[in-house]
Amino acid sequence: MHTTSKLLVALMATVLLTVPRAFAQDDLMDLLNEAEPEVAKTDYTIATFKSTRLIAGHSLETNAQGVLSVLIGHRFGRVNEGAKEFFGIDNAKIRLGFEYGITDNFNIGFGRSTFQKVYDGFLKYKVLRQSKGQKKMPISMTLFASMAIISQDFADPSRENYFTSRMFYSYQVMIARKFSERLSFQLTPTIVHRNIVKTADDANTVFALGAGGRVKLTGSLAINVEYYWVPPNQIVSQFDAQNVHDSFSIGLDLETGGHVFQIHATNSRGLHEKAFVTETNGNWGAGDIHIGFNISRVFTVYNKNKVKARRAAKQANKAATAG
Amino acid sequence: MKKFLFIAIATTAAISPALAQKYLSKSAHVSFYSDTPMEKIEAHNRQGTTVVDFEKNEMVFTVLMKSFEFEKALMQEHFNEKYVESATYPKGTFKGKFTPKGEIALVKDGTYPVTVEGTMEIKGKTNAVTAEGVFTVKGGKVSGTSKFEIKLADYGIKIPGAVKDNIAETVQVNVDAQYDAYNK
Repeated sequence: MHTTSKLLVALMATVLLTVPRAFAQDDLMDLLNEAEPEVAKTDYTIATFKSTRLIAGHSLETNAQGVLSVLIGHRFGRVNEGAKEFFGIDNAKIRLGFEYGITDNFNIGFGRSTFQKVYDGFLKYKVLRQSKGQKKMPISMTLFASMAIISQDFADPSRENYFTSRMFYSYQVMIARKFSERLSFQLTPTIVHRNIVKTADDANTVFALGAGGRVKLTGSLAINVEYYWVPPNQIVSQFDAQNVHDSFSIGLDLETGGHVFQIHATNSRGLHEKAFVTETNGNWGAGDIHIGFNISRVFTVYNKNKVKARRAAKQANKAATAG
Repeated sequence: MKKFLFIAIATTAAISPALAQKYLSKSAHVSFYSDTPMEKIEAHNRQGTTVVDFEKNEMVFTVLMKSFEFEKALMQEHFNEKYVESATYPKGTFKGKFTPKGEIALVKDGTYPVTVEGTMEIKGKTNAVTAEGVFTVKGGKVSGTSKFEIKLADYGIKIPGAVKDNIAETVQVNVDAQYDAYNK
């Protein structure tokens, strides 16, 4: 091509390129996007799960700073107890729990369960948050440690019993990823240490792997599934004259404002880690299913944003009077 | 090819106005209020970004949905997760033109009322919006304020029956931006 024709093409292209677009404001929008590069921001994933519980076990969610959450968990008897026991509903066990957000990532909690008259306390700390953008993190991770004391009478009072025999400990690492708005998944390596066990063949320290997930159906409704796998040869004794099984639960989460209502079907009776990991003696196949529900209600005790706003207003006032 | 590019850029530059009267803010304050007998909800976003072009009388506005701060942490989570679905629709945008009632003199202190007309996009839905606003010039600084209402249903934001009495169908939006001259 000749130089002149080249020039012509270039000019034509330029004219075409600079023809005003349908919406002139798009230019301004481009300018705005340029001024604030979007990639510079980190976008943290929120609400991997709706509640701090998947079903019986914890989800990696923590309460925000200053938020007190009151949880009431119910587990009824077995459905296969029949009509006489109103399919288990005559025989409810509950756990009443309180948890509080010291910071957005650090929570403390306390609970009392009917089942074995257990008091439990826990610490929960979110160490990683799933994010995209400037900081990329594929998963969220929360560490969990709990200590519990059984306050019911010893099985054999004639024996010499130690207070330490009432205590047990649970440790969990919760690793979760929100794959999409609909689908979240959590893996929960778990250790339960029992100071006292029935026989020498039973392991004091039981290793288990929990797995759970949720599928969100609508903004307020989700299905949760939770499974705790206990590798064999750790628990050989029966519990309440029945073989111990892995815990499997399936449930529905319904959220309304400050409440989360969870209803589920499970083969576990207990609502603390030792109970559902090491003492689940229901067999799904035989119909040993417990209907249960959790209700949680949050109260904002300390309000970070409000305090911040008040402080800002005070400072503005001061500045105004000074000026 | 190099020559082509050079000419293209040079021509574009030549066509563009030499001194654009553009103003930018990255810390615009956008707040909204939902008021029902049951509950008052307000949220503040102090990281709105906006550009105003006083030559063409155009303006654009964007806010990151996740930057709205609520009184209660759970409200903020529900706002993002259930109502505006921030993960899918991270931004709210407005683009439009404004008609000054009288001439705007950027060199002179004063308040200049305008009528803003344009389109607002929230949660992937676009609606035409008209609002009254005021530009204020004081000591060489330009600021803009406006108040208008948004009907949640227009943007596909559904309020579940259980919290119907707690969230208003129409929310009041306040905008307050301190602009800086944009030179580039």
